[in-house]
Formats: sequence, structure tokens, C-alpha cells
Amino acid sequence: MIPLWLYLVMAAALFSIGTFGMLARRNGVAVLMSVELMLNAVNINLVAFWRYTNPTEINGMAFAAFVIVIAAAEAAVGLAIIITVYRNRHSVIPEEASTLKG
Amino acid sequence: MDCIGLCKLIFDAGVRNQELARFIGSLIGVLLVSGVPLLTVIVLIWVERKVAARIQDRIAPNRVGPFGLLQTFADLAKLLIKEDITPTAADRILYNAAPIVSFASVVAIWAVIPFMFANNPEGAIVGVDLDIGVLYFVAVASLGTLAIMTAGWASNNKYALLGAFRVVALLVSYEIPLVFALIIPVMFAGSMSLVDIVEAQSHMWFIFMAPVAALLFFTSSQAETGRAPFDLIEAESELVAGFNIEYSGMKFGMFFAAEFLHVFTNGILMAILFMGGYLGLFYQAIPPLGFLWLGLKGAVVYFVFLWLRNTVPRLRIDQVMGFNWFFLVPVSIINVILTSLILKLMQVSGFAPTNFATSNLGEMLPLTIVMLLKDVVIIAFILGRLGQEGRRARIEEQRANEALTAAAVGD
Amino acid sequence: MGDASLSLILAFIIFTILTLGGALGVVMNRNLFRGTIWLMVSLFGAAGHFVLLSAPFLAAVQVLVYIGAIAILFTFAVMLTRSLTQISDRFTRLWWNVGGAGILFVVLVGTVILPVWGGFTPSNDILFANVADTTQLGIALVDRGSETTQGFVLPFELASLLLTAAMIGAIVIARDADDDEKGKRS
Repeated sequence: MIPLWLYLVMAAALFSIGTFGMLARRNGVAVLMSVELMLNAVNINLVAFWRYTNPTEINGMAFAAFVIVIAAAEAAVGLAIIITVYRNRHSVIPEEASTLKG
Repeated sequence: MDCIGLCKLIFDAGVRNQELARFIGSLIGVLLVSGVPLLTVIVLIWVERKVAARIQDRIAPNRVGPFGLLQTFADLAKLLIKEDITPTAADRILYNAAPIVSFASVVAIWAVIPFMFANNPEGAIVGVDLDIGVLYFVAVASLGTLAIMTAGWASNNKYALLGAFRVVALLVSYEIPLVFALIIPVMFAGSMSLVDIVEAQSHMWFIFMAPVAALLFFTSSQAETGRAPFDLIEAESELVAGFNIEYSGMKFGMFFAAEFLHVFTNGILMAILFMGGYLGLFYQAIPPLGFLWLGLKGAVVYFVFLWLRNTVPRLRIDQVMGFNWFFLVPVSIINVILTSLILKLMQVSGFAPTNFATSNLGEMLPLTIVMLLKDVVIIAFILGRLGQEGRRARIEEQRANEALTAAAVGD
Repeated sequence: MGDASLSLILAFIIFTILTLGGALGVVMNRNLFRGTIWLMVSLFGAAGHFVLLSAPFLAAVQVLVYIGAIAILFTFAVMLTRSLTQISDRFTRLWWNVGGAGILFVVLVGTVILPVWGGFTPSNDILFANVADTTQLGIALVDRGSETTQGFVLPFELASLLLTAAMIGAIVIARDADDDEKGKRS
């Protein structure tokens, strides 16, 4: 079987790529897409740990399923917010939503 | 996992490495299982044209080959030698990949379809007996949605994009009553595996126990494939061709073939989920007879799909959405709640068997009768509401007419 | 099946390439629609990994929910928020962020993963165990739980509440002010 640390390293790489995308991209929708990547990395981690330490119990799989559910809810609300902001300000760049600054 | 079936044949034929034998065996299995839908498409195109033509009181193409049977090959040749036009500003990779993904997502459904009875550990000749067969089917069908979206975007054409928007909204909305209708056979069989669902119908087909669920599945899959009355996707007489305006030649042929195959696959799935699949007379003694039964049942459902397509007028997009959200979703949810209540109550009190495959007809009868009663109640309620709505609409129309005539006379 | 067979290694490599390549495509592309396609590729790779990890139910749910619904939602959002002018720079403070993400990766791998789990080999009764399957998940989701088994009915109900609230919230937030007028007239 594939050693556990390979899965963990891959999930860590995915998480780092997602973090970079979330911090660096200038488009709100791209930021949300990177957040989805990070949630995926977490899911892979969860399922890998579940499979390699306690596969007879259902906890790991249930946890990962709930993460998917929450990711869906968060994506829906986040995109609704972005669409509304775009409608009012015609810009999806997070840095430009700064009217409350200062 | 020891080496049986195809793998064993290859192992005995000389490939001594068990790993390699298993790999080659699975490759050959994939070829065989995907060959069935590919060969079926050829016949389907002919059947579709013949039935459509006869319903429309004309004769379909009948010059190429006897009764026009070789017409498909003539069409294929024509499509292959057509000029392959790609719009200049189109996204080339996505534009070329969309028809492939669309066709692949339909062929991938055939991996879980059980063809006939067999004395192997899975219980049937099936590509792979997934534990989650029904969920796999819905997931793969939802991949077709993304292919259509990609096609609409990559064509770099406003109308293709608008068509793709409407299509995706339609397809995603109709997945909900589809999944709810699929829960009913899963509840009855106690498993999402298609082989288990077929085995659970050994004594009573699910269509007699849950006709409303079968109708829901029928309607939702009619909408999922974009067939009339929900065919505003293509709307051949209106929107030119919707999301596949810019496609010509073999790429259009692939979308075309994918749609026909999808309808037939849905027919086969309805036969498996509700009408007993390969069960029939002598299906255990002569397994290929089971294959014949499956084909017959699938063909009957496919014929009803075609019949509906050529008879019913097209709905508008807001009517389609209203039909889904205000009618199909509430009915499917209520159906699931009532079915699960009745099933559990009857199983706990001993009136219904818990394992449908190993019971007999006598034990299944009380459950069947109660389920049919529940469905009759649901249908009566629906018809009552429809009657009320119709009466209200008629009264309003009458009032509007009277107002008009009063205004005209009073002037 | 103590060590990895060739097909397992091949499948792992293919799915890793899909996942990480798709992720790089999401983060680095110029054309946002292509970015959503890369997101779908990456999610498909993750679904493949779930299959390799004996969780086929999660793989099917990933394809159905993530690719079939969330990624399509992203596609709609991309199309509805297309800016008229091409955004000239894709990244803010590119090299600082690359450095930060790189440091994060190195720290994670070097201090958490490799020291703790580097030499971890699962025992035989974990390798060949009866992995919990979908039936058990279904039972657990409606089970209150006891000392031996865990029940997930409370998170399940809370998750449904959360989804309902998110759905209603998203519809209310994204509703146009004009839609209200049209709704009142019809």
C-alpha cells in the first residue's frame, strides 16, 4: 500500500497551493476557488488518516462528508455575496472593497 | 482477490504474472462492456427516426439498405467527411473536449448495468458491481452537465452561452426529483447496488409497488436528457440548436449520439430499477434470455420516451422550472416520507419481509397493496389540486372575458 | 497485498498529477473560465484518491456535489462577474506569497509529517480490515450513539439546518431589487 506520508505530503502541497491562491489572487471568485482547494486537501488528509488508523469505524468518512456539506454551503453564500458586490461596485477585486477602511 | 473469470482465462493462456493477467482481463472487460452501448447507438438512430416518422405519418429514410437499416452508416460517412469548422476565437481545447466528455459520461454509466444472471460472486454479468451503483449513475450523469456548459462557453457565441445557461439550470434542477425517485428502489432493496436491486425484485417488480416513483423517475430522466416536452435545450425549431450551434461534422454527431444513447440508457435503468432488469422466464437456466428480457423492457420504456417526444408540445423555461420546483420536488419528498414510514412500520410489525430477494409472492402482497393504496391517495390528491387550479383559471378567464365584453358593449 | 502493486502506484501517480496540476491551473491561470475547468480536474483527482483510500461513497459524493454542483456554481459566478477591463495583474505581492506558501509547505512536511508519520506502517489487521462501508455510514447518521459506536444524528440535523439557511441566505443576498417588483406583479 502507498505509505501514509505520501498522502499527507500531497495534501500539504495542495493546501499550500490553495493558501497561495487565496492570498495572492486579485479576483474574488479565484480566492473562493482556492479555498475549495484547501478544503479538499483537508478532506484527503482526513480520509487518509481514517483509512490508515481506524478503518472499521465510520468517524473519518462521516467527518469528511460533513466537510463537503459545509464547503457547499460556504461556496453558495460566498458566491452570492460576490455577485451582489459586483452588481453594486462593478468590481470583484477584494482589495477594492475598502470603503470602510481608515 | 483471486483470479476468476476473464483473468483466469488469460492466466491459463500463458500470461503467468497474476497482476498482469488481472490488468489485461480488466481492459478486455472494459472493451466488452463499452462495446454494448457503442453498438446500440447504431441501431438507436435508426429506431428513433423510424418511430418519429411513423408518428408523424411519414416514412423515414428507407433507401439505404433494407428498410433504411444502413442509413446510420451513410449519416456517419457524411458527418466524417464534413469540413471541421472551429470558430476563430473559440477556446480550442475545450471546444474539442466537450463532445468527448459528453459521450464518455454516458458510456461510463454502462459500467454498473447488470446484463444477465451468472453464477459468479457478483450474481450477474456486470462491469463492476459497485456498492454505490445508483449514486455512481447520478454522479456520472452530472458530468454530462459540465460538458454542455463547456460547449456553450467554448463556442464563443452569445446564443450558445445563453442556451448553455438554460440547459445547466434545467439539468441541475431536475436532478433533485431524480435522486428522490431513486431512493425508493434503494429503500426497498436495502442496497445501492444495481445487482441487489434486480435480485430484490424476484417476486414483485418495484413498478407495482411504487408507480409514482417510477413516473417521477421517468419524467425527471426525460428532462435530464433534454427530450420533449423539456427540449428547449435544442428547440430545433426555435433557438437553432442551442449550445451546439457552432458544432458541425463529427463533433455534432457525438453530441447527437450521446443524447440518443442517454435516453436509451435511462430506459434500461428504468427497466432495471423498476421493472426487474434481466428477470423473466427461465432467466437462470438460460442466462442470455435474461439479456433479451432486459433489452425488451428497456426498448418498451425507450419507445414510450420516443412516443412522448413526438406527441407533446414544448414547455417554456419558466413553465419547466415551475413544474419542477412547485410540483415534482414536493411530490417526490412526500413520496419518500410516506414510503419510508409505511415500509418501516410494516417491516417492524411483521407484515412485510425485510429481505425482498428471499421472500415469496405471498409475503410481498400486503406490502404491495398498501403501497399501491398510498400511491392512489397521492395521485388523487394531485388530481384534486389540479382540478382546483383548472377551475380557478377557468373562472378567471371567464371573468376577464366578461369584463372585456362589458367594456366593449358599454363604450 | 503488503506492498503496493504496480497498478496502485500508477493510479496514485495519475491522480496526484490530476489533483496538483489542476490546483496549479486554478491558481495561476489568466482566464477564469479555464480556472473552473482546472478546478473540476483537481476535484476529480481528489475523488480518485478517495477511491484508492477505500471510500467510494465519498468519491461519488465528491463528483456529484463538488463537480456537479459547486464547480458549476463557480462557472455561473465567473460568467456573471466578468469585468469589462482585463485585470492586468493577477497577483498581489507575488513573490512574498509564493515564499509564504513555500515556507508553509516546508514547515508542514518537515516538522509535522515526516518526523511523526514518516516511518508509519499500518499493521496487518488495519491493511486487510473490513473497511466501514456505506451501510454503516447510513446507520451512523441516524443513530444517537452509545459507548461502542458513535452516532451522528445531531451533526446531521445541524448540517441540514445549515444547508437550508445557506440556501435561503444565498437567494436573499443575490436577489435583485427589481426582482421583488416583478415578483409582486405576477
